[in-house]
Amino acid sequence: MKPQLIQRYSAPERINHWIVAVCFILLALSGLAFFYPAFFWLTGVFGTPQLARIIHPFVGVLMFVAFARQFFRYWHHNLLTRDDIQWMKSVKTVMQGHEVGDTGKYNGGQKGMFWMMCACMLVLLVSGIIAWRPYFAIHLPIPLIRIALLAHACAAIALIASIIVHVYAAFWVKGTIRAMVEGVVTHGWAKKHHPRWYREVTGKQK
Amino acid sequence: MALQSLDITRRSASPTASPQARKTIEIAKLIDVSTCIGCKACQVACSEWNDIREEVGHNIGVYDNPTDLSADAWTVMRFAEEESNGKLEWLIRKDGCMHCADPGCLKACPSPGAIIQYSNGIVDFHQENCIGCGYCVSGCPFNVPRISQKDNKAYKCTLCSDRVAVGQEPACVKTCPTGAIQFGSKEDMKQVAATRVTDLKQRGYDNAGLYDPQGVGGTHVMYVLHHADKPEQYSGLPKDPAISTTVQLWKGWLKPLATIGIAAAGLFGFFHYITVGPNRADDEDDSATNVGRNEEDKA
Repeated sequence: MKPQLIQRYSAPERINHWIVAVCFILLALSGLAFFYPAFFWLTGVFGTPQLARIIHPFVGVLMFVAFARQFFRYWHHNLLTRDDIQWMKSVKTVMQGHEVGDTGKYNGGQKGMFWMMCACMLVLLVSGIIAWRPYFAIHLPIPLIRIALLAHACAAIALIASIIVHVYAAFWVKGTIRAMVEGVVTHGWAKKHHPRWYREVTGKQK
Repeated sequence: MALQSLDITRRSASPTASPQARKTIEIAKLIDVSTCIGCKACQVACSEWNDIREEVGHNIGVYDNPTDLSADAWTVMRFAEEESNGKLEWLIRKDGCMHCADPGCLKACPSPGAIIQYSNGIVDFHQENCIGCGYCVSGCPFNVPRISQKDNKAYKCTLCSDRVAVGQEPACVKTCPTGAIQFGSKEDMKQVAATRVTDLKQRGYDNAGLYDPQGVGGTHVMYVLHHADKPEQYSGLPKDPAISTTVQLWKGWLKPLATIGIAAAGLFGFFHYITVGPNRADDEDDSATNVGRNEEDKA
């Protein structure tokens, strides 16, 4: 690593993230295919419609397990503080490209996104298992499966919309994608976007 | 029976219209519960004609056998012992697909052409397109479709669409020894039912009536019931069947909401980027761009 760069994500963290990301893309495409008749052809990501129906839940479990690993890595970095509420209230200023508050490893938006993802993942897992054929659904009452299917679709849509925001935020704030690809960020990036975290990792006062 | 494609008025998961030019007569099967003797000849005929054999099960103390519909038993006789006016009544109902005018299975199905509705009213499953998700099971207000454990495909009564297509009555109708099952145009069957209902009323069944529930747009399998006010007595025949609200929300309201939500997220990102522009930290190696930008700002 060059001296002027700061490590933000280790290799295991990056691998973990991209396992979740790839699973998410496959699940979102096949899931949208089951949801929108006009996009049924997207079942092709798994070869055939029948294969998509069979494989989708297994990939879902893999995504949940990989995400659970991330949850235990990051939950303590994502506890909301008063500063984060301030950040969320000033989201308009943030969108203009200005920083708000003395942000630590994650800002209010990132923390909100983290808990949003956690909630969606949990709903998706539980409802997905309830609706999973042929293993679980056959043993469960139909009204419960109906609720599960509705909840699964709602959570999936919420997650897809959230991930679009997540990806866009990473693309918008230049230097962020590098953190999850190469694992490093520049001093300028850290100082500007996460000043408190910058001081913590470098031990500098300014 | 995919060959009858011109007579298909509705296909699952198909947003555009099916061919509408050919109009065939709306048909119906009428099951007169008050004439049924519970001989199960219809079950046997169904099994014979469709080449399906349910495994021989166990006696559970009642005549029901098989005890439930399955991928290999598309119709079953259900025997209910009920008391009314201090008398025991043995209510026997031939259960199976009702062939709804507004089929919940078809609404719920995500696979194009796996469930189709003919212009004559028959709702049929095309198993070659079935993906085994079981959404039809959730969509059905009558708990009829069954997913086979062997091939993970959904099965149910076809109303012998293959026989009807060549001008024959369904196998169960042909075999019924008491004439309790009749088949014809829906209009004719309603008339037959009306005569029978009048007859039953004269014999003291004041609440006799036709079961053609409007909550699912009417059905193409109808019952004459001696107690039409209490259809639940007939082994849980629903009183006001309709596609579940949960399924309606999932297959109706949620789709436009989801489209708006996902599109809004994407469009927001796009327009934000081309208006506000990227968020760069100062020391990044793109000073040339920054200079340009600063000059722009000054000007």
